[in-house]
Amino acid sequence: MDLQTTTYLVVGASFALYIGIAIWARAGSTSEFYAAGGQVHPVMNGMATAADWMSAASFISMAGLIANMGYGGGLFLMGWTGGYVLLAMLLAPYLRKFGKFTVPQFIGDRFYSKSASTVAVVCLLTASLTYIIGQMTGVGVAFSRFLNVSSDTGIYIGQAIVFLYAVFGGMKGITYTQVAQYIVLIAAYIIPAVFISLQLTGNPLPQLGLGSTMSGSDLALLARLDQVVTELGFGKYTTTTAGSTLNMFVYTMSLMIGTAGLPHVIMRFFTVPKVADARSSAGWALIFIALLYTTAPAVAAMAKYNLHATVNTAVAKGGDLYAAENSIKADERPDWMKRWEKTGLLKFTDKNGDGRIQYYNDATKNPEVKAKAEAAGWKGNELTVNADIIVLANPEIALLPNWVIALVAAGGLAAALSTAAGLLMAISSAVSHDLVKGVFKPDISEKGELLAGKISMAVAIVISGYLGLNPPGFAAGTVALAFGIAASSLFPAIMMGIFSKKMNKEGAMAGMLAGLFVTLFYVFAHKGIFFIKGTEFLGLIGGPNPFFGITPEAFGAIGALVNFGVAFIVDKMTKEPPEHIQHMVENVRIPRGAKAVDGAH
Amino acid sequence: MNDQGKAYWSATLRLLGGILAVWFVCSFGAGILFADALNSIKLGGYPLGFWFAHQGSIYIFIALIFFYAKKMGDIDRQFDVHED
Repeated sequence: MDLQTTTYLVVGASFALYIGIAIWARAGSTSEFYAAGGQVHPVMNGMATAADWMSAASFISMAGLIANMGYGGGLFLMGWTGGYVLLAMLLAPYLRKFGKFTVPQFIGDRFYSKSASTVAVVCLLTASLTYIIGQMTGVGVAFSRFLNVSSDTGIYIGQAIVFLYAVFGGMKGITYTQVAQYIVLIAAYIIPAVFISLQLTGNPLPQLGLGSTMSGSDLALLARLDQVVTELGFGKYTTTTAGSTLNMFVYTMSLMIGTAGLPHVIMRFFTVPKVADARSSAGWALIFIALLYTTAPAVAAMAKYNLHATVNTAVAKGGDLYAAENSIKADERPDWMKRWEKTGLLKFTDKNGDGRIQYYNDATKNPEVKAKAEAAGWKGNELTVNADIIVLANPEIALLPNWVIALVAAGGLAAALSTAAGLLMAISSAVSHDLVKGVFKPDISEKGELLAGKISMAVAIVISGYLGLNPPGFAAGTVALAFGIAASSLFPAIMMGIFSKKMNKEGAMAGMLAGLFVTLFYVFAHKGIFFIKGTEFLGLIGGPNPFFGITPEAFGAIGALVNFGVAFIVDKMTKEPPEHIQHMVENVRIPRGAKAVDGAH
Repeated sequence: MNDQGKAYWSATLRLLGGILAVWFVCSFGAGILFADALNSIKLGGYPLGFWFAHQGSIYIFIALIFFYAKKMGDIDRQFDVHED
C-alpha cells in the first residue's frame, strides 16, 4: 500500500474512533459533563487534561524549534511544565473551593465588580485568540502535508474542519474522547522516537537514548551532534541559549506563569470533586504531559542529526564534511524531501550549480568555517527547512515504515483539533455567558446565548485563519505570545485575589489593564498591531528587543511585574475591599466546606 | 481570622515557600543560571546543565506536586480543616 492510502486509512480510523466514542458517551448523559470529573478516574482525567493542553504547538512545533535552538529550546520544556507546579499550589485548590465555572466569574465575584469581570473577559479573549492563531498555523502544516497541498490551502481546509468540529461541540465535552485523543497523540509521538532511538543508539527509551553513545562508536550522541553542527557553522547544540541568559530566564518565567493563567487550563480544575483532588490532579496531568515533553528533546536532537546525516554522508560514516562527494546529489535526494517541497515548507536551491545539496550556516561568524566552505566551492546554504515540519517529517527522514508516518499525521491532527476546539469553547462561553449575559443583556434567552456563542466562534476562526496565513512566528512562538498575554494579565489578578485579602477592585483592574497594555504594546511593536503585517512600530521604541534584549515572546513576565506593581500602588491609594469580601477570601483558603460547583452568578 | 486559622495559613505558606525554592533552584538555577558551570559534569552522555533544562526539571516538577498534595493533606488534618 502506498503512503497516501495508508495515511488516509489511519487518519480516517482515528476520526471514526473519536466520533464513535462521542456517540457512545452521549447516550449516557452529556448534561453531567461538569460533574464527569466525579465519576472519571483521576488517571483518565489526567489523560484528558493532557490532551486538552497539548496542542499543535507541543506536538508539531516544539521539537522542531528545540532542534533549531538546541539547549535554549529547553525554555519550552521547563516553561510549559513548571507552570503546573504553580497551578497546583497557588490557584487550583482555591479556585475549586470558590466553586464557579469560569475565570471571569471568579474575578467578578472576588473583586465585587462587573467591570473587573469585563476586563478579565477582554484579557481572556486576547490570549485565547492569539493562541488559536498558533493552532491554525499548525493545522495548516498538518493538512498541507496530509492532503499534499500548499500550507495556505491547508489552513483553509483546517478552518472548515475546526469549525465543524467545534460547533458539533459535544465532542469536546466528553472526557473519554479526549482520553482516546491522548492515546493516539502520545503513541504517534513516542513510537517513531523509540524506532529512531534504537537505530541511532540501540537504546529503546528516547529519554536515555539521548544521553547514550552512538551505535558502533564510543562517542555520545550529543557530543557527535555538537561536532557536526559546529563544523558546519551552527551554534553548539548543548550550550546555545535563546538570546541572552536573561532572555531565557524571563521567557521561561512567562511560559510558566502563563500556563497557570490560561483560562482553558484552569477550568479543568474547577470540576474535580474535592479540593484535595484539585491539588493532585495537576500532578497526574503533568505525568502524562511529561511523557511527551521528556521525549521531545530526544526527537529534536535525533531529527537534527538525521537531517544532517541525510544530506551529508560524512556525518554518519565520518570523514570530511566539506569533501565534494559527501554532499548528496540533488537528483538522488529522498522522496520525503520532494513531498515536503510541494508544501513550500522545505526549499532547495542549487546556488553553486554542482547538482549537490549543501546544508550549513552561511551566516556564521567563524572564519574557519567560512574558509572551508569557500575552499569547497560552496556558495551559500541551499536547503531551508521550516521548523514546524520537523516532527511530521521525522519518521520519513529516518525512513520508518509507512504506518508510522501515517500515525504521526493522525497524532498531529488530534493535537491541533482538540485544543483549537477547546479554545473556541472558552471564547464562546466568555462572550456569550460572561459578557453578553453577564453584562450587556442579562435577560437574553438561552437560544440567544447559544447563537451569540456560535457567532463568536465563527468570527474567531475567520480572524485566526486570516492571521494564521501570515503568522507572527512559528506555531510554538505564536503560542508563546498567548502565554505572555495570560501571564501579564490574568495570573497576577487571580493570585492576588487569593493571597491578598486587602487587594481591592481598583487595584486589580488597574493591574490587569496595565499588564495587558504594556505587553501588547511591546508585542505589537515587533509583530504589527493585532499581528497585521506592516503595522510594526519598532522605530518608536528604538529597534528590536529594546528592553534589555528581551524578545516579545518573553515579555509576559515583565508585564506580570508591571501588573503586580500597579495593582499594589493603586490598592494603597484607594479604599479597602468590604468586610464580607475579606471573609470570603479567608473562607476560600481552607478546604472544609467545599460544595459542588454551580454556574450561577 | 482566629489564631487556629492564622496558624493554618502560615503553615501553608511555609510549605509553599519551601517547594517554590526547590522549583526555582532546579529549573531557573540548575537549568539556566548555573547550566554552564554544571555542564562540565557529565551524566552519561548528557552535560548536567543541559540535562536539567531538557529532562531533570520536568521529573522534579512532578515529584514536587505529589509531595505538596501529600503534605497539604497532613496540614489539613493537623488543623482539622480537611474535607470529610
